[in-house]
Amino acid sequence: MRLMRSTVVSNQNDSPAIGRVCAELLQSRPRVINLGLAVFATDLDAQDVDVVHVDWRPPAGGDEDLARLLSMLAD
Amino acid sequence: MVDTAALAPAIRWANSKALEILLQGDPVLIDVLPAKDLIPELKEHTILHAGPPIEWDRMCGPMRGAVAGVAVFEGWARDLDEAGVQASKGCFDFHPNHHFSAVGPMTGLTTCSQPLLVVENRATGNRAYCTVNEGLGKVMRFGGNDESVRDRLAWIRDSLGPALGSALQCCGGIPLRPLVARGLTMGDEMHQRNVACSSLLLRELAPALASVVADHGDLSEMLAFMGSNDQFFLNIAMAMGKSIMDPVRNIEQSTVVTAMTRNGTDFGIRISGLGDEWFTAPVEMPAGLYFPGFSAADANPDMGDSTIVETIGLGGFAMAAAPAVAGFVGAGSVAEAAGITARMREITLGEHPEWTIVSENYQGVPTGIDIRLVVETGIVPTINTGIAHREPGIGQVGAGVVKAPMACFEKALRALGERLGIS
Repeated sequence: MRLMRSTVVSNQNDSPAIGRVCAELLQSRPRVINLGLAVFATDLDAQDVDVVHVDWRPPAGGDEDLARLLSMLAD
Repeated sequence: MVDTAALAPAIRWANSKALEILLQGDPVLIDVLPAKDLIPELKEHTILHAGPPIEWDRMCGPMRGAVAGVAVFEGWARDLDEAGVQASKGCFDFHPNHHFSAVGPMTGLTTCSQPLLVVENRATGNRAYCTVNEGLGKVMRFGGNDESVRDRLAWIRDSLGPALGSALQCCGGIPLRPLVARGLTMGDEMHQRNVACSSLLLRELAPALASVVADHGDLSEMLAFMGSNDQFFLNIAMAMGKSIMDPVRNIEQSTVVTAMTRNGTDFGIRISGLGDEWFTAPVEMPAGLYFPGFSAADANPDMGDSTIVETIGLGGFAMAAAPAVAGFVGAGSVAEAAGITARMREITLGEHPEWTIVSENYQGVPTGIDIRLVVETGIVPTINTGIAHREPGIGQVGAGVVKAPMACFEKALRALGERLGIS
């Protein structure tokens, strides 16, 4: 699966909100998005955890030169 | 100084042009003629082969077997041993089919006296050629070279080829675009399954054949030969693919693959923006199923120009349309066949408007391979293929699936970067 590159922007004023989200996460049933190695998703699924697997790998297999070239040639 | 901001839009435009030419391809099977009449460079002692360029000393077993066989067939050597000695002494000129608007399955040998199928792309006016399919079992394309193989080639040269040519002239040619569209809905993917298209072709060709072949015995033999060969259409599909992809070549900055092919030693690709340059890597071994008495230990690495059908979006790319072939080549379940086509959508720029897959709600087959998408995703083209015995003279031992080597696409991408001044 091809993924759109995204940017995460943090904001210190959001700290209380982040704290609430973390608390909710720890207290509720986990719902997992697994990126990359499918075996983690398989194991979670076997434990009846809600999991969605995303078949992702680093662009150009992690080759930095090719990834740089791709970034200049890609749409 | 390179304006890198302008590169992506330029590539996008070039690729849209490439895809437009590809999708507008209108191939028609128009004739069968001797190779020497179609390819003037094809003189005595010249042999065209499958795959990127290769010389005798690097050729695999079945390719060498076929070379020896075709040299005897053409009368250049008295027997197979003499032909092998001549080959090792450099008596034959070897060139890829692809350099002469031609393609050939497996060993893919083309020589001056063999009759070639002629497919004309009516959208662009160019023509492409391929030999007539020899049938199944021990055949030259799989490295077979004994008397029975050579006798069959002589019959194709002297009887079937001329009759097919006359029949095609009589009926005005057979448009292939609608025939392939219908074949896809009947379970063909045009590489390892050609049952439907071979039958549809025979249905269209038989009346014309009957009108040009006077002897009933000869006609019966020809109809039986074509009717008993599930893969008869493969060579037509290959010439069709070549006629569609050749006009896509030489579009500056395009990253679209225009040819994928293998010679049993190397796998080679070409991309539109880099003209006729080959990017090669060692060819891989197919994973598949073997006929009784054979195993992976007998198999030759992948071979043939037939990957031109994957290049246009058929074969492994259309696996979802042909669930029966998934079992035959050992690719797994129907769901896995659909998964292969889905992965090919990740590395292609478009879908064919008329070649659709019924089980995917009439979605078009994925076509227009972009080397940028291959390198970025790590997904390489999946190819359906026959498997030849690694020793000369034996023939086909199985069928399977093979991956195109990633190194070909990486080399092409680096070369394009150099051409554009950004490496």
